[in-house]
Amino acid sequence: MSNVFIAFQANEESRPLVEAILADNPNAQAAHSPGLVKIDAPNRLTIRRKTIEELTGKPYDLQQLHINLITLSGHIDEDDDQFSLSWKH
Amino acid sequence: MNIDLQAREITPLRHTYAHVAQRIGGDKTATRYQEATLGAQPETNFHYRPTWDPEHALFDRGRTAVQLADWYALRDPRQFYYATWTITRARQQDAMESNVQFVESRGLVGKMSDAVRAKACEVLMPLRHVAWGGNQNNASICAYGWGTAFTAPALFHAMDHLGVAQYLTKLGLALDEPGVLEAGRNDWLNDPRWQVLRRYVEDTLVLKDPFELFVAQNLALDGQLYPLIYGSFVDEHLALQGGTAVAMLTAFMPEWHDESARWIDAVVKVAAAESAENKALIAGWAQTWADRAQAALAPVAEFALGSTGQQALTDARQALDARLAKSGLAG
Repeated sequence: MSNVFIAFQANEESRPLVEAILADNPNAQAAHSPGLVKIDAPNRLTIRRKTIEELTGKPYDLQQLHINLITLSGHIDEDDDQFSLSWKH
Repeated sequence: MNIDLQAREITPLRHTYAHVAQRIGGDKTATRYQEATLGAQPETNFHYRPTWDPEHALFDRGRTAVQLADWYALRDPRQFYYATWTITRARQQDAMESNVQFVESRGLVGKMSDAVRAKACEVLMPLRHVAWGGNQNNASICAYGWGTAFTAPALFHAMDHLGVAQYLTKLGLALDEPGVLEAGRNDWLNDPRWQVLRRYVEDTLVLKDPFELFVAQNLALDGQLYPLIYGSFVDEHLALQGGTAVAMLTAFMPEWHDESARWIDAVVKVAAAESAENKALIAGWAQTWADRAQAALAPVAEFALGSTGQQALTDARQALDARLAKSGLAG
Protein backbone atom coordinates (compact mmCIF):
# COMPACT_ATOMS: atom_id res chain seq x y z
CA MET A 1 0.00 0.00 0.00
CA SER A 2 1.45 3.34 -0.93
CA ASN A 3 0.22 6.86 -0.67
CA VAL A 4 -1.00 9.20 -3.35
CA PHE A 5 -0.90 12.89 -2.58
CA ILE A 6 -1.97 16.25 -3.89
CA ALA A 7 -0.93 19.70 -2.72
CA PHE A 8 -2.66 23.04 -3.14
CA GLN A 9 -1.75 26.61 -2.36
CA ALA A 10 -3.27 27.51 0.99
CA ASN A 11 -5.81 30.16 0.03
CA GLU A 12 -9.52 30.93 -0.06
CA GLU A 13 -10.06 29.11 -3.37
CA SER A 14 -8.45 25.87 -2.22
CA ARG A 15 -10.26 25.67 1.07
CA PRO A 16 -13.52 24.17 -0.23
CA LEU A 17 -11.41 21.75 -2.29
CA VAL A 18 -9.53 20.57 0.77
CA GLU A 19 -12.74 20.32 2.78
CA ALA A 20 -14.38 18.30 0.01
CA ILE A 21 -11.44 15.92 -0.26
CA LEU A 22 -11.36 15.32 3.48
CA ALA A 23 -15.12 14.72 3.50
CA ASP A 24 -15.05 12.27 0.57
CA ASN A 25 -11.87 10.39 1.56
CA PRO A 26 -12.03 9.30 5.19
CA ASN A 27 -8.44 8.01 5.10
CA ALA A 28 -6.95 11.22 3.76
CA GLN A 29 -4.65 13.28 5.97
CA ALA A 30 -4.10 16.98 5.43
CA ALA A 31 -0.80 18.57 6.40
CA HIS A 32 -0.69 22.36 6.57
CA SER A 33 2.66 23.90 5.79
CA PRO A 34 3.41 27.57 5.20
CA GLY A 35 1.59 28.48 2.01
CA LEU A 36 0.45 25.02 1.05
CA VAL A 37 -1.81 22.17 2.07
CA LYS A 38 -0.69 18.63 1.22
CA ILE A 39 -3.18 15.81 1.38
CA ASP A 40 -1.96 12.20 1.58
CA ALA A 41 -4.22 9.21 1.17
CA PRO A 42 -3.47 5.50 1.02
CA ASN A 43 -3.89 4.08 -2.50
CA ARG A 44 -6.58 6.35 -3.78
CA LEU A 45 -7.96 9.86 -3.51
CA THR A 46 -11.06 11.26 -5.21
CA ILE A 47 -12.19 14.86 -5.68
CA ARG A 48 -15.89 15.13 -6.46
CA ARG A 49 -17.39 18.14 -8.21
CA LYS A 50 -20.71 17.69 -6.42
CA THR A 51 -19.20 17.92 -2.94
CA ILE A 52 -17.36 21.13 -3.82
CA GLU A 53 -20.51 22.64 -5.29
CA GLU A 54 -22.48 21.79 -2.15
CA LEU A 55 -19.84 23.51 -0.02
CA THR A 56 -19.58 26.68 -2.08
CA GLY A 57 -23.12 27.01 -3.43
CA LYS A 58 -21.69 27.71 -6.89
CA PRO A 59 -21.13 25.66 -10.03
CA TYR A 60 -17.57 24.33 -10.15
CA ASP A 61 -15.50 23.17 -13.11
CA LEU A 62 -12.94 20.61 -11.93
CA GLN A 63 -10.38 22.16 -14.27
CA GLN A 64 -10.38 25.15 -11.92
CA LEU A 65 -8.42 23.14 -9.37
CA HIS A 66 -5.33 23.30 -11.56
CA ILE A 67 -5.04 27.02 -10.85
CA ASN A 68 -4.14 26.34 -7.23
CA LEU A 69 -2.53 22.94 -7.70
CA ILE A 70 1.14 22.71 -6.68
CA THR A 71 1.99 19.06 -7.13
CA LEU A 72 0.55 15.57 -7.06
CA SER A 73 1.52 11.94 -7.28
CA GLY A 74 -0.43 8.99 -8.67
CA HIS A 75 -2.13 8.16 -11.93
CA ILE A 76 -4.84 10.61 -12.82
CA ASP A 77 -8.31 9.63 -13.87
CA GLU A 78 -10.54 12.63 -14.49
CA ASP A 79 -13.87 13.45 -16.08
CA ASP A 80 -16.42 16.21 -15.59
CA ASP A 81 -17.63 14.90 -12.24
CA GLN A 82 -14.56 13.59 -10.49
CA PHE A 83 -10.78 13.70 -10.35
CA SER A 84 -9.03 10.67 -8.87
CA LEU A 85 -5.49 9.71 -8.07
CA SER A 86 -4.54 6.07 -7.63
CA TRP A 87 -1.76 3.60 -8.39
CA LYS A 88 -4.02 1.49 -10.58
CA HIS A 89 -3.43 1.53 -14.32
CA MET B 1 29.80 32.83 6.09
CA ASN B 2 26.82 30.57 5.85
CA ILE B 3 23.30 31.79 5.62
CA ASP B 4 20.73 29.19 6.40
CA LEU B 5 17.30 29.89 5.04
CA GLN B 6 14.62 27.94 6.76
CA ALA B 7 10.89 27.98 6.39
CA ARG B 8 9.34 28.34 9.74
CA GLU B 9 5.76 27.45 10.35
CA ILE B 10 3.75 29.87 12.40
CA THR B 11 0.52 28.30 13.53
CA PRO B 12 -2.24 30.81 14.10
CA LEU B 13 -3.42 31.13 17.69
CA ARG B 14 -7.02 31.01 16.55
CA HIS B 15 -8.66 30.41 13.21
CA THR B 16 -11.40 33.00 13.11
CA TYR B 17 -12.97 35.83 15.11
CA ALA B 18 -14.56 34.95 18.43
CA HIS B 19 -18.02 36.09 17.32
CA VAL B 20 -17.83 33.90 14.19
CA ALA B 21 -16.43 30.93 16.14
CA GLN B 22 -19.37 31.24 18.51
CA ARG B 23 -21.83 30.80 15.64
CA ILE B 24 -20.09 28.06 13.66
CA GLY B 25 -19.39 26.04 16.79
CA GLY B 26 -15.76 26.19 17.81
CA ASP B 27 -12.55 27.60 16.44
CA LYS B 28 -12.75 26.27 12.89
CA THR B 29 -11.43 28.04 9.85
CA ALA B 30 -14.37 30.12 8.62
CA THR B 31 -15.17 30.98 5.01
CA ARG B 32 -14.99 34.59 3.90
CA TYR B 33 -18.78 34.53 3.55
CA GLN B 34 -19.15 33.52 7.19
CA GLU B 35 -16.66 36.12 8.37
CA ALA B 36 -18.30 38.86 6.33
CA THR B 37 -21.80 37.95 7.47
CA LEU B 38 -22.06 36.41 10.91
CA GLY B 39 -22.33 38.88 13.75
CA ALA B 40 -21.95 41.88 11.46
CA GLN B 41 -25.30 43.41 12.39
CA PRO B 42 -24.86 46.45 14.69
CA GLU B 43 -26.72 45.67 17.90
CA THR B 44 -25.61 47.75 20.86
CA ASN B 45 -24.91 51.36 21.80
CA PHE B 46 -27.86 52.93 20.05
CA HIS B 47 -28.92 55.26 22.83
CA TYR B 48 -31.66 57.11 21.05
CA ARG B 49 -34.63 55.88 19.13
CA PRO B 50 -35.06 57.43 15.70
CA THR B 51 -37.27 60.52 15.90
CA TRP B 52 -39.13 59.39 12.80
CA ASP B 53 -40.14 56.11 14.41
CA PRO B 54 -39.91 56.18 18.21
CA GLU B 55 -41.78 52.86 18.43
CA HIS B 56 -38.72 50.99 17.19
CA ALA B 57 -34.98 50.99 17.73
CA LEU B 58 -32.87 51.97 14.72
CA PHE B 59 -32.27 48.28 13.95
CA ASP B 60 -35.23 46.34 15.26
CA ARG B 61 -36.33 42.74 14.88
CA GLY B 62 -39.87 43.91 15.65
CA ARG B 63 -40.41 45.63 12.31
CA THR B 64 -41.55 42.33 10.88
CA ALA B 65 -44.17 39.95 12.23
CA VAL B 66 -41.90 36.98 11.44
CA GLN B 67 -40.10 35.89 14.59
CA LEU B 68 -36.77 34.11 14.44
CA ALA B 69 -34.58 33.12 17.36
CA ASP B 70 -31.52 33.74 15.19
CA TRP B 71 -31.77 35.89 12.08
CA TYR B 72 -28.36 34.64 11.00
CA ALA B 73 -30.03 31.31 10.23
CA LEU B 74 -31.15 32.80 6.91
CA ARG B 75 -27.95 31.94 5.04
CA ASP B 76 -27.51 32.67 1.36
CA PRO B 77 -26.75 29.40 -0.46
CA ARG B 78 -24.84 31.41 -3.09
CA GLN B 79 -22.57 32.64 -0.27
CA PHE B 80 -22.53 36.15 -1.64
CA TYR B 81 -20.61 38.76 0.24
CA TYR B 82 -19.26 41.87 -1.46
CA ALA B 83 -16.33 40.23 -3.29
CA THR B 84 -18.08 37.09 -4.57
CA TRP B 85 -21.10 39.11 -5.67
CA THR B 86 -19.12 41.74 -7.57
CA ILE B 87 -16.90 39.10 -9.23
CA THR B 88 -19.95 37.12 -10.38
CA ARG B 89 -21.76 40.17 -11.72
CA ALA B 90 -18.63 41.52 -13.42
CA ARG B 91 -18.30 38.24 -15.31
CA GLN B 92 -21.95 38.40 -16.36
CA GLN B 93 -21.53 42.02 -17.40
CA ASP B 94 -18.64 40.97 -19.67
CA ALA B 95 -20.86 38.30 -21.23
CA MET B 96 -23.62 40.87 -21.78
CA GLU B 97 -21.15 43.30 -23.37
CA SER B 98 -20.09 40.68 -25.87
CA ASN B 99 -23.74 39.87 -26.58
CA VAL B 100 -24.34 43.54 -27.38
CA GLN B 101 -21.28 43.58 -29.62
CA PHE B 102 -22.42 40.44 -31.39
CA VAL B 103 -25.88 41.89 -32.01
CA GLU B 104 -24.39 45.15 -33.29
CA SER B 105 -21.63 43.67 -35.44
CA ARG B 106 -24.00 41.24 -37.17
CA GLY B 107 -26.70 43.89 -37.59
CA LEU B 108 -29.20 41.56 -35.91
CA VAL B 109 -31.59 44.36 -34.97
CA GLY B 110 -31.96 45.34 -38.63
CA LYS B 111 -32.91 41.76 -39.47
CA MET B 112 -35.93 41.85 -37.15
CA SER B 113 -39.28 42.78 -38.63
CA ASP B 114 -40.71 46.14 -37.56
CA ALA B 115 -43.67 44.43 -35.93
CA VAL B 116 -41.50 42.22 -33.71
CA ARG B 117 -39.26 45.14 -32.80
CA ALA B 118 -42.22 47.32 -31.87
CA LYS B 119 -43.79 44.50 -29.85
CA ALA B 120 -40.56 43.91 -27.92
CA CYS B 121 -40.34 47.62 -27.04
CA GLU B 122 -43.99 47.94 -26.08
CA VAL B 123 -43.82 44.99 -23.70
CA LEU B 124 -40.34 45.50 -22.26
CA MET B 125 -40.02 49.26 -21.85
CA PRO B 126 -42.66 49.68 -19.10
CA LEU B 127 -40.89 46.88 -17.21
CA ARG B 128 -38.05 49.31 -16.49
CA HIS B 129 -40.38 50.82 -13.93
CA VAL B 130 -41.18 47.42 -12.42
CA ALA B 131 -37.45 46.76 -12.06
CA TRP B 132 -37.01 50.14 -10.41
CA GLY B 133 -39.79 49.22 -7.95
CA GLY B 134 -37.87 46.02 -7.22
CA ASN B 135 -34.78 48.11 -6.56
CA GLN B 136 -36.61 50.37 -4.09
CA ASN B 137 -38.31 47.46 -2.35
CA ASN B 138 -35.13 45.49 -1.82
CA ALA B 139 -33.34 48.59 -0.57
CA SER B 140 -36.21 48.94 1.89
CA ILE B 141 -35.86 45.29 2.98
CA CYS B 142 -32.19 45.99 3.61
CA ALA B 143 -32.91 49.19 5.53
CA TYR B 144 -35.64 47.83 7.81
CA GLY B 145 -34.78 44.15 8.02
CA TRP B 146 -32.57 42.72 10.74
CA GLY B 147 -29.41 40.63 10.47
CA THR B 148 -26.68 40.88 7.86
CA ALA B 149 -27.44 37.38 6.52
CA PHE B 150 -30.85 38.70 5.44
CA THR B 151 -30.17 42.36 4.65
CA ALA B 152 -26.83 42.19 2.76
CA PRO B 153 -28.14 39.91 -0.04
CA ALA B 154 -31.25 42.10 -0.18
CA LEU B 155 -29.09 45.10 -1.05
CA PHE B 156 -27.23 43.06 -3.69
CA HIS B 157 -30.65 42.09 -5.01
CA ALA B 158 -31.65 45.78 -5.13
CA MET B 159 -28.59 46.57 -7.22
CA ASP B 160 -29.35 43.60 -9.47
CA HIS B 161 -32.82 45.02 -10.10
CA LEU B 162 -31.20 48.31 -11.05
CA GLY B 163 -28.98 46.36 -13.43
CA VAL B 164 -32.07 44.79 -15.01
CA ALA B 165 -33.60 48.25 -15.50
CA GLN B 166 -30.36 49.41 -17.12
CA TYR B 167 -30.21 46.42 -19.47
CA LEU B 168 -33.79 47.19 -20.51
CA THR B 169 -32.84 50.81 -21.18
CA LYS B 170 -29.89 49.66 -23.26
CA LEU B 171 -32.17 47.27 -25.14
CA GLY B 172 -34.63 50.08 -25.92
CA LEU B 173 -31.81 52.28 -27.23
CA ALA B 174 -30.46 49.41 -29.34
CA LEU B 175 -33.84 48.60 -30.89
CA ASP B 176 -35.20 52.09 -31.44
CA GLU B 177 -34.82 55.84 -30.91
CA PRO B 178 -34.56 57.25 -27.35
CA GLY B 179 -38.24 58.26 -27.64
CA VAL B 180 -39.12 54.61 -27.03
CA LEU B 181 -38.22 55.03 -23.35
CA GLU B 182 -40.62 57.94 -23.03
CA ALA B 183 -43.32 55.91 -24.81
CA GLY B 184 -42.80 53.09 -22.32
CA ARG B 185 -43.19 55.52 -19.44
CA ASN B 186 -46.40 56.86 -20.97
CA ASP B 187 -47.81 53.33 -21.27
CA TRP B 188 -46.80 52.64 -17.67
CA LEU B 189 -48.65 55.75 -16.48
CA ASN B 190 -51.66 55.76 -18.77
CA ASP B 191 -52.25 52.56 -20.72
CA PRO B 192 -55.03 50.57 -18.94
CA ARG B 193 -53.19 47.28 -19.60
CA TRP B 194 -50.39 48.30 -17.24
CA GLN B 195 -52.41 49.89 -14.47
CA VAL B 196 -53.10 46.72 -12.45
CA LEU B 197 -49.39 45.92 -12.37
CA ARG B 198 -48.54 49.54 -11.59
CA ARG B 199 -50.96 49.44 -8.68
CA TYR B 200 -49.26 46.27 -7.41
CA VAL B 201 -45.81 47.87 -7.60
CA GLU B 202 -46.99 51.06 -5.89
CA ASP B 203 -48.75 49.12 -3.15
CA THR B 204 -45.58 47.19 -2.39
CA LEU B 205 -43.60 50.45 -2.22
CA VAL B 206 -45.47 51.36 0.97
CA LEU B 207 -45.37 47.95 2.67
CA LYS B 208 -43.88 48.35 6.15
CA ASP B 209 -43.06 44.76 7.08
CA PRO B 210 -39.71 43.90 5.44
CA PHE B 211 -40.42 40.17 5.34
CA GLU B 212 -43.85 40.63 3.80
CA LEU B 213 -42.24 42.94 1.26
CA PHE B 214 -39.66 40.25 0.56
CA VAL B 215 -42.44 37.76 -0.18
CA ALA B 216 -44.54 40.21 -2.22
CA GLN B 217 -41.67 41.46 -4.39
CA ASN B 218 -39.09 38.72 -4.70
CA LEU B 219 -41.28 35.65 -4.48
CA ALA B 220 -44.82 36.50 -5.63
CA LEU B 221 -44.18 39.10 -8.32
CA ASP B 222 -40.72 38.26 -9.69
CA GLY B 223 -41.46 34.53 -9.38
CA GLN B 224 -44.17 34.93 -12.04
CA LEU B 225 -42.97 37.96 -14.02
CA TYR B 226 -39.56 36.58 -14.97
CA PRO B 227 -40.68 33.17 -16.29
CA LEU B 228 -43.58 34.85 -18.11
CA ILE B 229 -41.65 37.68 -19.74
CA TYR B 230 -38.10 36.39 -20.20
CA GLY B 231 -39.09 32.73 -20.57
CA SER B 232 -42.37 32.58 -22.49
CA PHE B 233 -42.36 35.97 -24.22
CA VAL B 234 -38.70 36.64 -25.08
CA ASP B 235 -37.08 33.22 -25.31
CA GLU B 236 -39.99 31.37 -26.89
CA HIS B 237 -42.42 33.79 -28.54
CA LEU B 238 -40.07 36.51 -29.87
CA ALA B 239 -37.20 34.18 -30.73
CA LEU B 240 -39.49 32.10 -32.96
CA GLN B 241 -40.37 35.25 -34.89
CA GLY B 242 -36.78 36.27 -35.52
CA GLY B 243 -36.27 38.24 -32.31
CA THR B 244 -33.19 36.34 -31.12
CA ALA B 245 -31.41 39.68 -30.70
CA VAL B 246 -33.85 40.55 -27.89
CA ALA B 247 -33.11 37.24 -26.16
CA MET B 248 -29.38 37.98 -26.40
CA LEU B 249 -29.79 41.48 -24.99
CA THR B 250 -31.84 40.19 -22.04
CA ALA B 251 -29.82 37.02 -21.41
CA PHE B 252 -28.88 38.21 -17.91
CA MET B 253 -32.45 38.27 -16.63
CA PRO B 254 -33.50 34.58 -16.76
CA GLU B 255 -30.03 33.53 -15.60
CA TRP B 256 -30.18 35.93 -12.65
CA HIS B 257 -33.73 34.89 -11.80
CA ASP B 258 -32.76 31.21 -11.57
CA GLU B 259 -29.73 32.03 -9.45
CA SER B 260 -31.45 34.39 -7.02
CA ALA B 261 -34.47 32.07 -6.68
CA ARG B 262 -32.21 29.71 -4.73
CA TRP B 263 -31.55 32.44 -2.17
CA ILE B 264 -35.20 33.50 -1.97
CA ASP B 265 -36.42 29.92 -1.51
CA ALA B 266 -33.78 29.25 1.14
CA VAL B 267 -34.86 32.34 3.13
CA VAL B 268 -38.57 31.49 3.22
CA LYS B 269 -37.87 27.81 3.81
CA VAL B 270 -35.72 28.38 6.89
CA ALA B 271 -38.01 31.09 8.28
CA ALA B 272 -41.15 28.97 7.77
CA ALA B 273 -39.56 25.87 9.28
CA GLU B 274 -38.84 27.65 12.58
CA SER B 275 -42.42 27.82 13.88
CA ALA B 276 -46.03 27.15 12.93
CA GLU B 277 -46.77 30.89 13.35
CA ASN B 278 -44.06 31.83 10.85
CA LYS B 279 -45.26 29.21 8.43
CA ALA B 280 -48.88 30.39 8.58
CA LEU B 281 -47.82 34.01 8.23
CA ILE B 282 -45.46 33.50 5.27
CA ALA B 283 -47.75 31.04 3.49
CA GLY B 284 -50.62 33.53 3.89
CA TRP B 285 -48.57 36.37 2.42
CA ALA B 286 -47.33 34.17 -0.41
CA GLN B 287 -50.88 33.11 -1.27
CA THR B 288 -52.35 36.63 -1.16
CA TRP B 289 -49.57 38.35 -3.07
CA ALA B 290 -49.17 35.57 -5.63
CA ASP B 291 -52.90 35.82 -6.45
CA ARG B 292 -52.63 39.59 -6.77
CA ALA B 293 -49.49 39.39 -8.89
CA GLN B 294 -51.13 36.84 -11.17
CA ALA B 295 -54.12 39.13 -11.65
CA ALA B 296 -51.79 42.09 -12.25
CA LEU B 297 -49.83 40.18 -14.89
CA ALA B 298 -52.93 38.86 -16.70
CA PRO B 299 -53.43 41.91 -19.00
CA VAL B 300 -49.68 42.04 -19.66
CA ALA B 301 -49.58 38.34 -20.54
CA GLU B 302 -52.46 38.74 -22.97
CA PHE B 303 -50.90 41.84 -24.52
CA ALA B 304 -47.51 40.16 -24.90
CA LEU B 305 -48.53 36.70 -26.02
CA GLY B 306 -52.06 37.06 -27.34
CA SER B 307 -54.25 33.98 -27.02
CA THR B 308 -51.48 31.88 -25.44
CA GLY B 309 -50.83 34.51 -22.77
CA GLN B 310 -53.15 33.11 -20.13
CA GLN B 311 -51.69 29.63 -20.48
CA ALA B 312 -48.15 31.00 -20.12
CA LEU B 313 -49.19 32.87 -16.99
CA THR B 314 -50.86 29.77 -15.54
CA ASP B 315 -47.63 27.85 -16.18
CA ALA B 316 -45.64 30.56 -14.40
CA ARG B 317 -48.01 30.40 -11.43
CA GLN B 318 -47.73 26.63 -11.26
CA ALA B 319 -43.95 26.87 -11.29
CA LEU B 320 -44.16 29.37 -8.41
CA ASP B 321 -46.57 27.10 -6.49
CA ALA B 322 -44.12 24.23 -6.95
CA ARG B 323 -41.36 26.40 -5.46
CA LEU B 324 -43.60 27.29 -2.52
CA ALA B 325 -44.44 23.62 -1.94
CA LYS B 326 -40.74 22.77 -1.97
CA SER B 327 -40.08 25.46 0.62
CA GLY B 328 -42.75 23.93 2.87
CA LEU B 329 -45.32 26.66 2.25
CA ALA B 330 -48.01 24.70 0.41
CA GLY B 331 -51.55 24.68 1.68
